[in-house]
Amino acid sequence: MSRLPSKEQSLAAEKRRKTILSVVLACVCIIYVLPVLSVVINSFKLNTFVKTDTFALPTGDMWAGFNNFIKGMTFGNYPFVRSVLFSLLITVVSTFLILLFTSMAAWYIARVNSLFCKIFYFLCVFSMVVPFQMVMYPLSKTADSLHLNTPWTIPIVYLGFGAGLAIFMFVGFVKSIPISIEEAASIDGCGPIKTYFQVVLPMLRPTMISVGILEIMWVWNDYLLPYLVLDINEYRTIPIHIQYLKGSYGTVDLGATMALILLSIIPVIVFYLICQKYIIKGVAAGAVKG
Amino acid sequence: MEKRKPKLKIFKNPIRRWGWLFLGPMAAAFIIGFVWPFIQGIYLSMCQFKTISNAKFIGFSNYVKAITDPSFLHSFWYTALFAIVSLVLINVLAFTVAYFLTQGIKGSNLFRTVFFMPNLIGGIVLGYIWSMIFDGILSHFGTSILMDSTFGFWGLIILMCWQQVGYMMIIYIAGLQAVPEDILEAAKIDGATKTQTLFRVIIPNVMPSITICTFLSLTNGFKLFDQNLALTGGQPFIIQPDGSSIKTTEMLALNIFNTFYGSNSASSGQAQAKAVLFFILVASIGLIQLGITRKREVQQ
Repeated sequence: MSRLPSKEQSLAAEKRRKTILSVVLACVCIIYVLPVLSVVINSFKLNTFVKTDTFALPTGDMWAGFNNFIKGMTFGNYPFVRSVLFSLLITVVSTFLILLFTSMAAWYIARVNSLFCKIFYFLCVFSMVVPFQMVMYPLSKTADSLHLNTPWTIPIVYLGFGAGLAIFMFVGFVKSIPISIEEAASIDGCGPIKTYFQVVLPMLRPTMISVGILEIMWVWNDYLLPYLVLDINEYRTIPIHIQYLKGSYGTVDLGATMALILLSIIPVIVFYLICQKYIIKGVAAGAVKG
Repeated sequence: MEKRKPKLKIFKNPIRRWGWLFLGPMAAAFIIGFVWPFIQGIYLSMCQFKTISNAKFIGFSNYVKAITDPSFLHSFWYTALFAIVSLVLINVLAFTVAYFLTQGIKGSNLFRTVFFMPNLIGGIVLGYIWSMIFDGILSHFGTSILMDSTFGFWGLIILMCWQQVGYMMIIYIAGLQAVPEDILEAAKIDGATKTQTLFRVIIPNVMPSITICTFLSLTNGFKLFDQNLALTGGQPFIIQPDGSSIKTTEMLALNIFNTFYGSNSASSGQAQAKAVLFFILVASIGLIQLGITRKREVQQ
């Protein structure tokens, strides 16, 4: 290196480089949100124009107003609101069951650590590498025969099939908690139930949030499991509803489909913007699932 | 790391007494939702059946039928190609974005928020959004994503990149932020260029993140179902001389699904055999790759 640039020069170059980088990334970001924007503009467009003028703004003849949304509500002979409610019910109950029962089991596994616990833990970790297709046929038949095929009971299936990751994360966390706190509680006369709910549970909060976020994202967007387990004519979730728009009609009303898609992603985006910090943290924590 | 076992019997024994409560519900659901279907799945893969109650044991002939099924072989190679291409693209893009976002530029948080967003949208919905976009472009050329398997392939790659780059980016950012500041400073003092620092210092130090991300994107690629179903659903189909059809953009998971629930209901046993093979494939890819990349990680 014959001539080193002066400090001011290199600082200015660095600053310029960062500005250029910012601008480039901003452009990429705009391209990144275009698909979502195109859903928004097409949800206000008349069906016939969605395919021919996909990227045009819905002006003049193309403008459909809120007709697409009104049409979409009862589209496919199944009220969309019903699907939303079932999706909500299944997601909330499943997440609650998973958080409560897997954390309890994880505490037991980590603290008792008997041979049975070790086998159980191994099976849970093993279940993480098993793709759903492996068990889908027997699972849907088992669920049918045990009457777990309604939105009120399907959370039990989710608890069983989705346990692996949750158990893995909770056991890892419990092992990092010093046992002396629980010992102190038991010397002070706390039974296991009280120790768990009043001492351990509050300490599990960060992992609870991470696991909760991952389970919510999974259950809310899951298509195949509810499709196979539930009676489709009676109960639909949002992904099933969207998939059935194509199946039930010969020609699909794309405008109305886009309106429904918009309605189904608005709550997700709002949820994301509110809980962004936790979601990103939860994903980073769950990535170790391997 | 081996943790200290509880010393006090007063502590451990009462927990055991409540084992049924702590472990019971979880274990029952786990048996219903995983253990029993898994065992039954392995058994059924060696049976001929229409419903589970009339299953008849026939040995390994389902497996023979599965691996000689041209549509299964086609979907295997198609999936493998897809998984490898998407693995490379997603990881290169995600690492690049993560690298730029950790340079302390303005608006990093906003960019991160935007890039991660598509992850929260479900596969079915994503498939419909992108099929509208691709058809919007391709209709100007008088074609459609359903008419050419090349479009179907690259369309799915674009969709997966759009969805997964943000996810992998988050993992890479966490890895990049964990690179010790003093190593970077030492490299700077020693006169390393930016490129040298990147390849000789930063990348070896984020090897754990690279392990996780390559592993995740490869298995994600192999397990892909929803997006595949919603974007092309396997179209276009090629009719074989014997009347059966090959769905050119059908991936493994969709092929298994179609074998189970397609028009030919007599092939359930064969479908379950495919599912077992699929499980062995996914599980072993994960294990092999984990083994290979773990060796290259920097020992702390």
